[in-house]
Amino acid sequence: MSTLDPVAVFRMEAAECLEAIEAGLLDLTHDLDNKDLVDAVFRGLHTLKGSGAMFGFEALAAFTHHCETAFDRVRKGEVAATSELVAAVLSAQDHMRALVDQPDADHGDNGNTLLAQLQAAVGGKTAAAAPAVLGVPAAVRESPAKKKNNWRIRFSLPANSMANGTNPLGLLDELRDLGECTVRADTSAIPPLDEFTPTELYIFWDVTLISEQDRSAIDDVFIFVLDDMEISVEEIDGAAGAIPAPAEAKPLSATAATASPAPVPAPAVPEFRPVEAVPAKREAPAASQAKAAENVRVPAERLDELMDRVGELVIAQSRLSQLASASADIALRSVSEEIERLSGELRDTMMVLRMVPVATLFSRFRRLVHDLARETGKVIELVTEGETTEVDKTVIERLADPLVHLVRNSIDHGLEAPAERLAAGKSEAGTVTLSARQAGGEVIISIKDDGRGIDRERVRAKAESSGLIHPGQPLSDSELLQLIFAPGFSTAAAITNLSGRGVGMDVVKKTVEALRGAIDIVSVPGQGSEVSLRIPLTLAIIDGLLVRVGSGRYVIPLSAVEECLELSLEEDLRSRGRSFISLRDSLVPFLRLRDLFRTGTKPDVHQKVVVISTGTERVGLVVDQIIGDHQTVIKSMSKLHNDVATFSGATILGDGSVALILDVGHLVAAGQQQEAQLRVAG
Amino acid sequence: MSAAATAGRFDNHWNYAEEVEVLTFDLNGETFALEAVIVQEILDLLPETAVPGSQPFVASVINFRGKVIPLADLRLAFGMEAAEATIDSRFIVIEIDLQGEPTLVGLRTDKVNEVTTLAQTASEAPPSVGMRWRADYINCLVKRGGEFIILPNLQAIFSSRHDAAGAVN
Repeated sequence: MSTLDPVAVFRMEAAECLEAIEAGLLDLTHDLDNKDLVDAVFRGLHTLKGSGAMFGFEALAAFTHHCETAFDRVRKGEVAATSELVAAVLSAQDHMRALVDQPDADHGDNGNTLLAQLQAAVGGKTAAAAPAVLGVPAAVRESPAKKKNNWRIRFSLPANSMANGTNPLGLLDELRDLGECTVRADTSAIPPLDEFTPTELYIFWDVTLISEQDRSAIDDVFIFVLDDMEISVEEIDGAAGAIPAPAEAKPLSATAATASPAPVPAPAVPEFRPVEAVPAKREAPAASQAKAAENVRVPAERLDELMDRVGELVIAQSRLSQLASASADIALRSVSEEIERLSGELRDTMMVLRMVPVATLFSRFRRLVHDLARETGKVIELVTEGETTEVDKTVIERLADPLVHLVRNSIDHGLEAPAERLAAGKSEAGTVTLSARQAGGEVIISIKDDGRGIDRERVRAKAESSGLIHPGQPLSDSELLQLIFAPGFSTAAAITNLSGRGVGMDVVKKTVEALRGAIDIVSVPGQGSEVSLRIPLTLAIIDGLLVRVGSGRYVIPLSAVEECLELSLEEDLRSRGRSFISLRDSLVPFLRLRDLFRTGTKPDVHQKVVVISTGTERVGLVVDQIIGDHQTVIKSMSKLHNDVATFSGATILGDGSVALILDVGHLVAAGQQQEAQLRVAG
Repeated sequence: MSAAATAGRFDNHWNYAEEVEVLTFDLNGETFALEAVIVQEILDLLPETAVPGSQPFVASVINFRGKVIPLADLRLAFGMEAAEATIDSRFIVIEIDLQGEPTLVGLRTDKVNEVTTLAQTASEAPPSVGMRWRADYINCLVKRGGEFIILPNLQAIFSSRHDAAGAVN
């Protein structure tokens, strides 16, 4: 278990900050006059700059400063937000990301190029004016020499603000950076010791500032606390500013203020504080703390460890319940049931902990689509649906790259150019829909476009020319479409900037299969295509059906099981000629796991057929015995068993032995193959 | 991790160490040795679960402290006859680096002997003739008391597992 590296924490925060900035910028492209968005982007840049400098990312801070300055001018109405500016800052934002990831790497002239663009976008002044500011936020603003103003600032922060992490000293320091500053703390509100709460803030400040800066620079200092605080800023003439400390200042507070306005009350002895002394005041901080604690950042590896422990607990619990059920001890049984319930609940809670809404995944695509629209000259509308659907975080991470590829594909191959669309009687703008929904134990994520659809002829021609199929080989439509997942397959007539970036459809398919998922494609010529990824909700624990084949025990994922029936003796004997049963008038091919696994044992007298399905295909699996349902903690198999596709993993049973988990998709494919062979054999 | 990275790389190990600590064990009357640092645990026999369709060399898995790990039989890599377990049979669990990932693997043995120290001066490269085992599966032979101790090259054995099954004639 690792302790958190502050730099790693900064990187996480910076990533979130950059995401927020990006989202703001993208919104802004559609709504250039939106003042709130401009403010939001500015705040994001400001935070990034500040915390970047704090954690030693000086290059980042210096670079971000320019973007912030540009947005500052927009905010003040000096320049208008233009799409050039937004685009420039969007590109700049990528550079910031690189600076966060590799602060020491040589980024060449990239930064300067971007700054030149930025400069052009805001009319020349920004970047040139403040070239030398390195990691010193707020210290130097680029405003040209102005007359010095005298400001009188009085402010008080809410009593609970220290509990919220606001540091009044930091605010005062920032004010000092603006110019010549005299600070006086008003300590009159500090209560007697027995009513004193060390975490609360009782001090108000009166600041006189002589500065070239204008009012907005002062507002910037308080930008993050402005909503909760009381502040008055007035411009005074020079004489008044020169005599700052009013007469009523107590000697104590005056020294404290000028030397260092430290939270004077802190050293008070907190243990003596009677709890009931502050009944009403406690409520406010408690409420706001609860709000702040709504989200906790936890490293994924700790969650994984916890998951492992819960997994072991589930296994131990099932061992206990086996023992208990064999025992006559009532007390033992009741404890066992109690633990069964608790571990079940713990398991469910644990699963939810790992779940995150797909919105986090989908939000990344807005930028991608924005860029692709610029690159291809196509008009693209991105629609997202079901963003609140929750999926295991690991699944989301692994799906990111395949989805990028699929979206690129939809835009590059699927959508037509505007002229072509108009000619085909469609709207000029193509629509790409990203949607997620839950169906049973699976999440279905689909990428749909209303483009030209997949050109079957071209797929076939390509597959024939590359030797994937024989010329004229009969294929069903779905088989034909599945060909695009073959390694090295690309139907792009010309290799464009978008295709051929390393991720092929075969990689997409592999990734999805590694997640024990499957891909379906539907494509209507002239109307568009839809690629659906069916992914299990979680990678860690599944409900399974425990079966016995020969002397071995196997787990079939319950989500795939349709029904179980007995294999009649008659069917069993007849199956020499054919291996399928008739199930409510449809033919279901079946596989004898005993043969497949070469158990070398005699079949049981009453063999069972477990009918499994993956979407549309159904296959029966003949097993010797159905033991029952089993909560399965999935353990992956080692690399030494990578070549065994029949199993997706393993689990540990109550008695400590290992059972293998069947890979249903693979078995169905095997069943279809067997069926096809039979068909060919006649 | 560093233990795993050096697993099966005795030749390199000798370069800067005169001697190396090993665990010796018997297989089919031959004595083998594994670098002690890669050994995680010596286990009594556990229930095994056969993995249909896998290489005979790693035909089953076991439950090692809540982890499912493969169980390998070096006999098959060295073209020896598979044998029934005896009262002395044990599994040795080692951690080796497979394709850049530290991996736990169980090894079948007929008998685990001792932890001992082998000196570089006594080691010899595998002879090119007069040996029925694949030369690249052996790091070196160490002479001790008129006998030879075989130091297998685990990296070679586990990374060429596809033909490991069908030993050498």
